[in-house]
Amino acid sequence: MDFTYTETQDMLRDTLARFLADTYDFDKRQKMIASSGGRDPGIWKGLATDLGILSAPFSEEQGGLGGGALENMIMMEEFGKVIAIEPYLQTVVIGGGALKAAGGPLADALIPEIIAGNAIIAFAYAEPQGRYDLANLRTSAKKDGAGYVLNGHKGVVYAAPWATHLLVTARTGGSQREAAGVSLFLVDAKTPGIVRRDYPCVDGFQASEVYFENVAVSADALLGGEGTGLPLIEQIVDEATVAVCGEACGVTRKLHEGTLDYSKQRQQFGQPIGRFQVLQHRMADMFLEVEQIVSMTLMATLKLDLPADERKAAVSLAKAKVSRSAKFVGQNAIQTHGGIGITQELAIGHYFKRATMIEGQFGSADFHLDRFERLTLADAA
Amino acid sequence: MNLEFSPEELAFRDEVRTFIAENYPQDLRGKQDEGDELGKEDFLSWHRILHKKGWVAPAWPVEYGGTGWTATQKYIWSEETARADCIRLMPFGLAMVGPVIYTFGTPEQKAQFLPRILSGEDWWCQGYSEPGSGSDLASLRTKAVRDGDHYIVNGQKTWTTMAQHADWGFFLVRTNSDVKQQEGISFLLINMKSPGITVRPIITLGGEHEVNEVWLEDVRVPVSQRIYEEDKGWTCAKFLLAHERTGIAGVAASKRGIERVKSIARTELDGDRSLLANPFFKRKVAELEMDLTALEFTELRSLAGENAGKGPGPESSLLKIKGSEIQQRLTELSLEAVGHYGAPYFRGFGDGDNEHPIGPDYAHRTAPTYFNARKTTIYGGSNEIQRNIIAKMVLGL
Repeated sequence: MDFTYTETQDMLRDTLARFLADTYDFDKRQKMIASSGGRDPGIWKGLATDLGILSAPFSEEQGGLGGGALENMIMMEEFGKVIAIEPYLQTVVIGGGALKAAGGPLADALIPEIIAGNAIIAFAYAEPQGRYDLANLRTSAKKDGAGYVLNGHKGVVYAAPWATHLLVTARTGGSQREAAGVSLFLVDAKTPGIVRRDYPCVDGFQASEVYFENVAVSADALLGGEGTGLPLIEQIVDEATVAVCGEACGVTRKLHEGTLDYSKQRQQFGQPIGRFQVLQHRMADMFLEVEQIVSMTLMATLKLDLPADERKAAVSLAKAKVSRSAKFVGQNAIQTHGGIGITQELAIGHYFKRATMIEGQFGSADFHLDRFERLTLADAA
Repeated sequence: MNLEFSPEELAFRDEVRTFIAENYPQDLRGKQDEGDELGKEDFLSWHRILHKKGWVAPAWPVEYGGTGWTATQKYIWSEETARADCIRLMPFGLAMVGPVIYTFGTPEQKAQFLPRILSGEDWWCQGYSEPGSGSDLASLRTKAVRDGDHYIVNGQKTWTTMAQHADWGFFLVRTNSDVKQQEGISFLLINMKSPGITVRPIITLGGEHEVNEVWLEDVRVPVSQRIYEEDKGWTCAKFLLAHERTGIAGVAASKRGIERVKSIARTELDGDRSLLANPFFKRKVAELEMDLTALEFTELRSLAGENAGKGPGPESSLLKIKGSEIQQRLTELSLEAVGHYGAPYFRGFGDGDNEHPIGPDYAHRTAPTYFNARKTTIYGGSNEIQRNIIAKMVLGL
C-alpha cells in the first residue's frame, strides 16, 4: 500500500497548473465562453502540442506517457481549479478510455489524433427518458449489410458542438431497458443524417441535442461486441465518474478558498465576518467536506481496476459522497458571500454552477447510494 | 500510489492474525461476548501479552520501545485487532503521556516512566478537566505552589477516566496566575497514591463507573516530576491533544461495528422481510459506510503524510470530528435495529443461572452503549472546540 505520487505525476500537475494559470484567469474564461464557438481552440492545441499532456493516460505503445486513472484525476483536479471548459473528460477520459479498452484498428488510428489535439470526442449516451440508466435506450442501430443504421435522440451531449467524433450508445437488440442488446459506436460527427441543436450550458460548457436520422455507419464503427457493450460502457462511465470527482476536488477547494479569503476581507459590524464563530464553524465544515471529497476520489481512483462489482460499489460510494459534499460546499460558499455570491460578477458563483452540475453528472447521490445498496447490502447474509 | 499489500505486508498480516488467534485471552473473549463490564486485570491481560511480544506500542519510536512498523503495517495491525474484536488498550499511558514523556522529558524521566508504561506496571489517568474548565481548558485553577524541591498542589479535577485504578496521573496545573492563561500552566506527573488525593466515582448514563472526580489537597509533588519547563505545560497539552485525536478516529473498530449492525438488521424482522430490506434503514447503513470510507481514506492520507515526516497536525481535528460522529451513528443504528429489546437493562441472571436470557444476545447493552457514546463528541476537546481549532490553525481565521 502506498499513498505517494511519483515525481512524474507531480511534474504533470505542476506543468498543467502553470499553463492554466497563464491561460485561464477568470476574465479570459468569461471572454472565451462569450465568444462565438464558446471556447478558445488554441488552448486545446496548446495542451496537445506545447505541453504534450493529452497523452498522459495512454500507454507508451499508444504514444502516451504510460499513465492511467491517477493521471486523469490529477488533470481533472487542475481543470477544476480554474473551472476549465476543455473537453478533456469527453475526449481523453471517455473517448480515449473506450478506445483503450476496445482496442482494434479504430483505436490505433484515433488515439494518435486525440494525443495530437486533432480529434475531439463527445459522449452521446443520455436520452430524455433514460435518466441515469445506461441501458435505458431507444436509439437503435439496425444491421444493414456490412454496417449499421442509427436512429434516435441523444440529450445534453457535452462538447458535441466542438466534436469531430461522437461516441454513441445504441440498441442493436433487446427491449428498451434490457442489458443485452446494447452496443457502442464511434462515428464521425459529420456523417450525413446527424442533426444537432447546439446550446450553452449553465456551467459554461457547450452541448447539443443530437438526432440520428438514418445515419449509416460501417461495421468498423462498433467498439466491442455487438449487443454486449454494456459492461464496457459501465466501465468507461465509472472511469468518467471518478474523473468528475477529481474535477470536484479542484472546484470545491477553490470554493472553500474563495470563501475563506472573502470572509477575511468583508467587514460587517466593524470586523471581518471571518471572526464570527458561526461562520468559522461553517468554513471548518466546508473544509471537512472538501477533504472527504479528496479522500473518496483517491479511494475510487485506486479501485477502478477491481472486478466490476467491487469497482461499481467503490465508485458509487465515492460519487454519492462527492455529490452531497459538493452541494454543501457550493451552497455555503454562496451563503457566506451574501448577495454578491448570487451575481455573475465574482468567480465564486461560476464555481458554484459547475459544482452543481457535477452533483448530478453520471448520477445523483440517491442514484449512487441505490446502486451501492443493490451491490453490497443484500437482505440475507 | 496503490492499495495492494505487498507479499511482505501479506505475510505480516498472516503473522498478526495467527498471533491474535493463538494468544488472545479466552476468558476476556468470554466476558466481551457476554457484554460484561471489564476490570483492570481484563485490560492488563492483553496489554501484558502484547508487551511480551514487543507489540504494545506500535506508534512509539523504536528507541523507546516502538515496533518500527511502516504506516501500512500499523494500518494492518489496527484492522486485524478490530477484526478479531480485541479490546482497545487503555490510551492514557501508551497513547497520551508516553509520547509526551519521550518528546519533552529528561533522560531520567524517560528511564523512570517509559518502561513501566510499556509493561503495564503503571496505570495512568489524565488530570485535565475541572468543574469550571471544560472546553475552556486553559482557565484551569488547580494550583501548584513551589516549596523547595516540591510543588504543593491543591484543586479538583473531573472526568478522570479509570482513575479508580490509576497508579499515576498526568496533570495540568497553574503555576503562574500573573500571565496569559496558557502561559502559566505546568505539566506534572503525580503519584495517585500520594497523601491528599481522593478519587470519587461518577456513574454515567449506562450505569458504568468509568469516570471520577479527583480532589487534591496539599499534595506534595517533587519538581523532578514536572515535564518540560515550568509554565510551558500548555505546549505538552496541545501536543498530546493532537496525538489523542488521531487515535480517536477509530476507523477499524467502526468498520467492525457496521458489520455487526448489518448482521443484526439481517436477523431482525420488519414485517415479512428483514430490517435490512427496509429501504429507510438500508439507506442509513449505506450512508454510514460512505462516511466511514471517507474517514478511512482521510486517515490513510494523513498517515502517509506522517510517514513523509509530518507529525499529526491540526488536521487531526478532522479525524476526531468525523470519527466520533460515526461512532455515535453506529450506536444509534444498533439501538434502532434491536427494537423493543433495547429497553431491558438487566438481561439475564447471575453466573451459573441457567434461565434463558431476556432478548437476543446482540440487543444486550445497545442502549447503555448508545448513552455512553454521547461522550465521543464531548471528550478530547468537544467537536465545537475542534472546529475552533480548524478555523484558527488550518483556515487562519
